[in-house]
Amino acid sequence: MRLAEAWRVALDALRANRLRSILTMLGVVIGVAAVVALVAIGTGTKQQIEQQVEGLGSNLLIVVPGRLEAGSVPSVSTLSLDDVDAVSRVVGDRSRVAVTVASGETVRAGSRTTFSSLQGVLETTPTVFVRTLDRGSYLTRADVGTGRRVAVLGAGVATQLFGDRDPIGRQITIGGVRFRVIGTFERLGQSLGVDRDNEVHVPVTAAQRLLGTDRIDGLAIRAPDRERIDELGADIVATLGERHPDTDFSAVTQEQILGVLGDILGVLTGVLAAIAGISLLVGGVGVSNIMLVSVRERTREIGLRKAVGARPRDIGLQFLLEAVLLTTLGGVLGMALGIGAALLVDRLTPVPAAITWWSLALAFGVSATVGIVFGVVPAQRAGRLDPVVALRTE
Amino acid sequence: MTGPAIVATGVTRTYELDGVSVPALRGVSLTVADGDYLAVVGTSGSGKSTLMHLLGGLDRPTGGTLVIGGRDVTSLSAPELARLRNEVIGFVFQSFHLLPRTTARDNVALPLVYRGVGRRERRARAAALLERVGLGHRIDHRPNQLSGGEQQRVAIARALVTGPSVLLADEPTGNLDSATGEAVLSLLESLHADGVAIVLVTHDSEVAARAHRRIVMRDGLIVDPAPTPGGDR
Repeated sequence: MRLAEAWRVALDALRANRLRSILTMLGVVIGVAAVVALVAIGTGTKQQIEQQVEGLGSNLLIVVPGRLEAGSVPSVSTLSLDDVDAVSRVVGDRSRVAVTVASGETVRAGSRTTFSSLQGVLETTPTVFVRTLDRGSYLTRADVGTGRRVAVLGAGVATQLFGDRDPIGRQITIGGVRFRVIGTFERLGQSLGVDRDNEVHVPVTAAQRLLGTDRIDGLAIRAPDRERIDELGADIVATLGERHPDTDFSAVTQEQILGVLGDILGVLTGVLAAIAGISLLVGGVGVSNIMLVSVRERTREIGLRKAVGARPRDIGLQFLLEAVLLTTLGGVLGMALGIGAALLVDRLTPVPAAITWWSLALAFGVSATVGIVFGVVPAQRAGRLDPVVALRTE
Repeated sequence: MTGPAIVATGVTRTYELDGVSVPALRGVSLTVADGDYLAVVGTSGSGKSTLMHLLGGLDRPTGGTLVIGGRDVTSLSAPELARLRNEVIGFVFQSFHLLPRTTARDNVALPLVYRGVGRRERRARAAALLERVGLGHRIDHRPNQLSGGEQQRVAIARALVTGPSVLLADEPTGNLDSATGEAVLSLLESLHADGVAIVLVTHDSEVAARAHRRIVMRDGLIVDPAPTPGGDR
């Protein structure tokens, strides 16, 4: 029998039992859709995080107290501005060192209030990280030196407090203390799950006074050259270690952060895909089951086909193609559904999704393979039927 | 083809049912020559159905030799046997055995599918044969739209579509009333006149009486004409 003919026969058989075919397919459809959608979400999240980490700027070295390893408890910072001077001497350039002391604070302008992330920083922040201003100007070294109460608003905060009005020169209160707005940031969006437009930057000295502390939370350094970044990190950790003998410090690079995050997300995506794969397997068992029923139902037809000259492999092929057709049709529908679901998630939720060609190819290949694997047993059974017995069946 | 279409010599067939040997044929010798018109008569359980399955290459004998279309059946593999059925034999069954949801034309063309004949030619040949059995106006009807007599004529057209040398008909009139049964028999006889050998398995003595030759089976043996040792009929 020619292959084209066998396809036609298989298609006819599926059409004859339309509802049953659709229900059987549904198992595969759901399995494939789940694989495609979950892999898309995993991939999208990973890509987004990579972009965001890279978007922080290149050659970044982030210094935090405590050891950076799984299971370690975050340490309370003992760093102060004196340490920043020491680190600046190690780096050799104060403009490459940024600090933060952060706190969530209520910000008020007139009758409007918003809750935002207060960041006490040095004037170096826009150079170390990639931050561009929309209006006004950033903090100056003098602002930091004198602890002047001036603030630069994130785009979200500016809109919340002032709407369309120009906020430059206006008064706001942060935690009840008055500040003057001197600039606003360009809109940046979310980064690692944090709304970067909700930040308010003030001089670190002013923030320390407001918060009643002389500590800072962490340091970030833009290394002068990429090759020496690990060496520089070690030097900084050593210097801080001398100044704070009781505390451990860690210096991590973007590559290290990306590596750790990538590993975690890779494992998560794999686990999700595996769970979805199990549902695909269950769908395959359903196909096998229905094919066995189909062989039994059509025993007389098999007997007749054999009587008029069908070889065992002709009959086997017919049923195998029927199973493969079920699963590949299910696979195509599942891919469409999975892509649709991924796009919907991407559009309607903050979770990003990226469709990858390999996941589509994999899902399709797996669904076709499921058809072959789970179709083989029913097909063999059909092919081996004794024509005499088959013809007698009622 | 040279030589008789089917030669059976001392053929036995024993079924194993739950470890018990049940002999269905106990030594049957029979020749179906080209152009024969033979009736096999017997009561139910006489072995006539088993004989027909063997003559049609649907089954292999337990003992003896069976040559169909010049080939020894015992030495053939399942695919070779399938090919033999396709080329040499045409089957007509009591219950028609047409594929449901399939037009008369596609039912008739089915054996050609397994011979690898292209779709266009299959359809043309099937249409010609439906014309031949008087169903030229019914080619696109499905079995459930046809009467019993029409269905059996479709089945006969299907049996003929490969140009077989022997037509094996198992109670072809068993499910038909006498008038349509008569029409089917006349059709078979007109085919015989065109040169196809016909083996008619029946328990109806009136039907059997129309054949040119008649053998009677009982308990897995041919009892009439009485077997002659070493003889071949």
